[in-house]
Amino acid sequence: MTATILAILGMALATYATRASGLYLMRGVVVKGRLKAALDALPPAILMAVIAPTILTTGLAETSAAILTAAVAFMRAPLVVTILTGVVSVVLLRMVLS
Amino acid sequence: MTSPAREFRQGLLDVLPILVAATPIGLLWGTLAASKGLVPFEVWLMSATVFAGAAQFVAIEVWRDPVPWVLLTVTALIVNIRHVLMGASLSRHLRGIDGRWHPAMMFLMADENWAFSERRALKTPLTLGYYFGLALPMWITWTTSSITGAIVGRSFGDPAAYGFDFAFSAMFIGILAGFWKGPRTGAVLGASAIAAALAKLYVPGAWYIVIGGIVGVVVAALLYREGEAS
Repeated sequence: MTATILAILGMALATYATRASGLYLMRGVVVKGRLKAALDALPPAILMAVIAPTILTTGLAETSAAILTAAVAFMRAPLVVTILTGVVSVVLLRMVLS
Repeated sequence: MTSPAREFRQGLLDVLPILVAATPIGLLWGTLAASKGLVPFEVWLMSATVFAGAAQFVAIEVWRDPVPWVLLTVTALIVNIRHVLMGASLSRHLRGIDGRWHPAMMFLMADENWAFSERRALKTPLTLGYYFGLALPMWITWTTSSITGAIVGRSFGDPAAYGFDFAFSAMFIGILAGFWKGPRTGAVLGASAIAAALAKLYVPGAWYIVIGGIVGVVVAALLYREGEAS
């Protein structure tokens, strides 16, 4: 087996382990009150953490484009419009700001 | 009312914009992977079995010759450790779904379909049809676009010139807006963003996702007041 295939299988196994293990973590736990509030905050907190380095530490163009995109998203624009806003504005801002 | 076919179609409708956004991201990833020496089959295999965009982008950054497969495996584990928390949260909504489907459902759990499932579960019970309506089209789109990128990617030129490299962030911002419930959500997002950005700058490796997620959750727990509907 090549090192490439080995790496891919290793990554696949590690990733599946993370996906499957969460199912068993909460068995028999009653989720309410503060714990529920914490778990409900998990989706936005994780999504934010994934993109935070890109939108906060890459450059002024990326940060500005993220703010514009967020403004459009919060006006309840369809997701496609939001994504297009991000893509188009980052191209324009990079031209202006670089 | 909730026939599996109708649920599947609803999932597919919800995920369509994600498919549109994921296509250039998959093309971009396939192109980068090919430039690191992966052949199209290997590119397809990684997208099909790992099926995790963030981890795959980080892996291609780490990739070199000879292939550091132990480091790559550990890095995938760290980047994807958020799945443990995501799965724990999702498991609350799986009680009505036959347990034999759970392994396949977890295999296909990605940020986007998980986020949509969580959002739907706020209003109506999660169904198998809806979940696979989100997840299967995503798997097909991700694998197809990455192998396409590996084969023809270089003819597109620099993806950053078209802003495609930002599509991933823009897509996440769009999904995030759907989770907004007021100022407290803002506090959670702000804390998570600052923690993750600082962790990315000062903590080696890919721990920033876990750190940001945990800080956001802790803030939500601290802001909770007894007797309130969350």
